[in-house]
Amino acid sequence: MANVQEKYDVAEALIGASTPSGGAIWAVAARETALANLRQMGAPHRRDEYWKYTNPTSLTAVDPLAADLFHTTEVRPFEMLDRIKLVFVDGIFDAAQSDDLSVDGVEIELLSDAMAKDIHWASSLYGVLEARGQSPVARPLAALNTVQAVQGFAIRVTGKAAKAISMVYLRGSETGDAMVHHVIKLEQGADLTLTENGPLAARANTVMEVEVADNAAFHHVRSQGRDHQRRAATHIFTQLGQESSFKSFTLTVNGRLTRNEAVIEFLGDNAHATVAGACAGDGDFLHDDTIFITHDAVNCESRQVFKKVLRNGATGIFQGKILVKAGAQKTDGYQLSKALLLDDDSNFMAKPELEIYADDVACSHGSTCGEIDDDAMFYLTSRGIPFKIAQDMLTLAFLHEALEEIENPVIAEDMGARLSDWMERRTG
Amino acid sequence: MLSIKNLQVGLEEEDKQILKGVDLEIGAGEVHAIMGPNGSGKSTMSYVLSGKSGYVVTDGSATLNGEDLLDMEPEERAAAGLFLAFQYPVEIPGVGNMTFLRTAVNAQRKARGEDELTAGEFLKEVRAKAKSLKIDADMLKRPVNVGFSGGEKKRNEILQMAMLSPKMCILDETDSGLDVDAMKLVAEGVNALRSEGRSFLVITHYQRLLDHIKPDVVHIMANGRIIKSGGPELALEVENNGYADLLAEVA
Repeated sequence: MANVQEKYDVAEALIGASTPSGGAIWAVAARETALANLRQMGAPHRRDEYWKYTNPTSLTAVDPLAADLFHTTEVRPFEMLDRIKLVFVDGIFDAAQSDDLSVDGVEIELLSDAMAKDIHWASSLYGVLEARGQSPVARPLAALNTVQAVQGFAIRVTGKAAKAISMVYLRGSETGDAMVHHVIKLEQGADLTLTENGPLAARANTVMEVEVADNAAFHHVRSQGRDHQRRAATHIFTQLGQESSFKSFTLTVNGRLTRNEAVIEFLGDNAHATVAGACAGDGDFLHDDTIFITHDAVNCESRQVFKKVLRNGATGIFQGKILVKAGAQKTDGYQLSKALLLDDDSNFMAKPELEIYADDVACSHGSTCGEIDDDAMFYLTSRGIPFKIAQDMLTLAFLHEALEEIENPVIAEDMGARLSDWMERRTG
Repeated sequence: MLSIKNLQVGLEEEDKQILKGVDLEIGAGEVHAIMGPNGSGKSTMSYVLSGKSGYVVTDGSATLNGEDLLDMEPEERAAAGLFLAFQYPVEIPGVGNMTFLRTAVNAQRKARGEDELTAGEFLKEVRAKAKSLKIDADMLKRPVNVGFSGGEKKRNEILQMAMLSPKMCILDETDSGLDVDAMKLVAEGVNALRSEGRSFLVITHYQRLLDHIKPDVVHIMANGRIIKSGGPELALEVENNGYADLLAEVA
């Protein structure tokens, strides 16, 4: 088949000559494994089951399309946190704009430094969780990231982190790719809040590998850049130990194409994972949440909560899978994906999947796609609330369910305010 | 205050006439009650007056203090002073009751060219009014009508009415689903709002509500028309004899 060869040609073109060399033996080995995997998988193709709804062509083109820089005088998200800030410009760490890499309870090291050391804890994570996450669903862009990334951080958390860590992804150039790869290890009982915001580049490819050991808690909140033409493929791979907790929330407004993948694996009993997101898209906007959660332990709870507001031809995609392995009894899997279409031109595609091999589990999923409720609109307007304000109120109310998944109420309120501003800008 | 002339209304989606020429004059400060069998068009009239979609006015007019109601959007009607207490108040998850009330109050003030209430002023007013309706702080904080009992929903309607200070209040079967005590509480809330400049149209199936909210005029509606009007004694007649005699009288 013609398309099969095309997958491999595109992969080779992406691999190109830019593969980094050198580093510790384990780092070289991780890259070689990823490279072999990528060559075997080929690049993502429209005919791949998990790329049916999102055309990957613009993500796999050798030269990324330019994206206008977005300028705003608004306060950036997460400024209110007690945090250290790690700033990247066009995908390159900028020490001058960043805080010292020093937080009590946390070791922070540049990825490139970590990968030069023969003995390093990151050797058990870098490319390892990503490689595990390649089966049963291939994620070639994540493998490509493991092969090529030199930017990012190795973060090891040994206790309760005294401050949050904020990654700030700024752009200075209208063109170009950027790849960032973080490896994060939360030791037993550790606790870390990590935030990310900004577009990173015209085309971003990020991988975050997170090991959450027993009784540890990882909080992740992300606000993806508002640059209208930016593209992004993001990947989170995580493994969860006993009684651990993983919570990730993503806010997306604008961006031409966003593919957010999360691969979550429960390995210890009684653990919890939430992956949630709210997105608002207007016009040339495609947002794709592709989630894979594997329950391989007893009495674990997973929640997927995704809400999308779409208008003027924007497209939303949700592909969420819960795999409950034999023996993963008492699993509680919850999956919710809802879209609010503000007009007839917008689209939402949802593919919820449950694959269950244990007999004592509770898994539920709900996918809906609808418009603003007429009765609620009449109720609000009959009280004198103007049509547009009522519509915004109901739109925000629709997104509220996803925002509720953010543990920190200050962040939740800020995310809500940003969505509310987005709507105000559009309805004038 | 409210002047309805030969109002004829059909459904948008199907060829069905609901109101077949309603005439009604309500003066300032008056309380009128409308009773009538199921399907006579009482609720439709309240919806058409407040601007719900799905209806087509085929003839007639409705004005509030001389302003053409039928030409206005629902929010404009509200700003002009019309208020409908819903028979089935709508639950709105994700919108806080307080936010909703404050947005409504200030939107109306703005539409009328008045200063918006500050957060402090609003809070003071809403707390005082909520207290008299036995609405606690928790109910104010919850999403609009979500998880409210039938009685709580109706009290919440009266709270909105009190906060918005409308000129013309329509109560659509506000007594339905209420126990005796709740009905009394709601009626007290309504009576507290009675004033010279404010009129009421009370739609009900039961005379009992009218023991608490004493009407000046009672109308009987049947088959899309007002077939008889009279004093409070008309409500008692219905309570005792049903509609059959009245319907036979007109037929």
